[in-house]
Amino acid sequence: MIDREMTGREMTERTAGSPRRIAAMMLRYWYLLRSSWPRLLDLVYWPTVQMVTWGFLQYYISSNAGFFARAGGTFIGAVLLWDILFRGQLGFSISFLEEMWSRNIGNLMMSPLRPLEFIAALMVMSLVRLAIGAIPVTILAIAFFGFNLYGLGFALVAFFCNLMLTSWAIGIFVSGLILRNGMGAENLAWSIMFLFMPLTCVYYPVTTLPVWLQPVAWLLPPTYVFEGMRALLIQKAFRPDLMLEALALNAVLFAGGLFAFVKLLQSARRHGSLLQTGE
Amino acid sequence: MCAMPAAPPIEVDRLVKIYKTVPAVDGISFTLKPGSVTGLLGGNGAGKTTTIATIMGLVMPTSGRVSVLGAEMPGQRYRVLHRMNFESPYVEVPMRLTIRQNLTVFGMLYSVPDLGHRIAKLAADLDLTDLLDRPTGRLSAGQKTRVSLAKALINNPDVLLLDEPTASLDPDTADWVRGHLERYCYERNATVLLASHNMAEVERLCERVIIMKRGRIEDDDTPAKLLARYSRLTLEEVFLDVARGDGIPREAAQ
Repeated sequence: MIDREMTGREMTERTAGSPRRIAAMMLRYWYLLRSSWPRLLDLVYWPTVQMVTWGFLQYYISSNAGFFARAGGTFIGAVLLWDILFRGQLGFSISFLEEMWSRNIGNLMMSPLRPLEFIAALMVMSLVRLAIGAIPVTILAIAFFGFNLYGLGFALVAFFCNLMLTSWAIGIFVSGLILRNGMGAENLAWSIMFLFMPLTCVYYPVTTLPVWLQPVAWLLPPTYVFEGMRALLIQKAFRPDLMLEALALNAVLFAGGLFAFVKLLQSARRHGSLLQTGE
Repeated sequence: MCAMPAAPPIEVDRLVKIYKTVPAVDGISFTLKPGSVTGLLGGNGAGKTTTIATIMGLVMPTSGRVSVLGAEMPGQRYRVLHRMNFESPYVEVPMRLTIRQNLTVFGMLYSVPDLGHRIAKLAADLDLTDLLDRPTGRLSAGQKTRVSLAKALINNPDVLLLDEPTASLDPDTADWVRGHLERYCYERNATVLLASHNMAEVERLCERVIIMKRGRIEDDDTPAKLLARYSRLTLEEVFLDVARGDGIPREAAQ
């Protein structure tokens, strides 16, 4: 019994990271989404409301002010990019919270699933959830306001990658906080990204901020994305320098998120928090 | 040349777990033999759940060591987690997923070979075949317990940790679950650590009983020897003697 032999494949799967375990977690979240129309509706409804609201605002002011007429699409572009950042983090965090709500986290922590495999599955699911919510909204933006996000081309890829990396880093950190502190920390999952909204200058240039606050804004990767978007839409210039700086900062932020998660998980094991996942 | 002796399925050595200043487990030691079924008894707050959670690697010991199948917990847990499993009333399988979906997900997490066949076999053994495509949340308490047991057995574990496996079941279903556990242990030679407040269950399933109180082991023996030592007819009476008294056997006190 004790010394049962394993095949080479089994041995590899059980000692190293396993795509099958990542696929298992993705399947778990896919089953959940498929079985719940309110969850699916939630993915589309709020991004649509935001896009329509800001789209009409942009339509109104662009017909009344010369600058905004030239800055065509900056508001609606900002809304759509902000939604990638916000929904990316929320998609990650909600999938994680599903395990807490269903009291399944103990089953997962006791299974052979590694923390990095769990995180990888949550990252992929945040992309899936984002695609379900964002793709219909970007198509509506073309239909309603003639704004084609995909017209940004390669720049959109650079914006998207940087925003997703930030959203994952924050999502990983928040998940660690919830593991360590229980559901009392749940509200952070919903609200933490709004701390970034004024500082990352979603709707206005960094120069709008007080001088002393501008260095803080430049420490946050999304600031570079939103500045890059305005440069593209207003000056018609793609700024690869901004994207590279954002990528470097994201590498630091992502590594910091992972490090914090591992430390918070260790702390949860020390304090017995994995047994007590309530408030 | 002599073969190396196999590591014990579970070995707990001077385990201490202190939450802030409160000792939940206070220097306990025991070793389980392969293929044995051991009951872990104790009142609420005796330290049973913390002991089991430490063996599973969910809780880090303050001092002392725990090893499972030769792997130190929690540091080396990924060497052996695929050979362990557990059932506890403190965790649930996702309620929106059907039984089949839940077993598929957990089977993949445990790298179970020929998973479809394994699910069909478990469903037949646990009388779940007709319910496989029903959401777990729409099942009765007894059916949910059988699903939790199916999840706990999905990987044919060599070490099985059970925390109140028949809590909230009617006597008929509880008896049926105990019968299934007996068969599983016999066929697989699995090692089981069972925390329970149901003394009849412990008497029926366990060949050894460890009684805990305030984080310490008060007594540890076979059910028959415990009954003789405390001059009692049932384990429930022994349990009450330990819980209400100083844990001193009557024969020793006399």
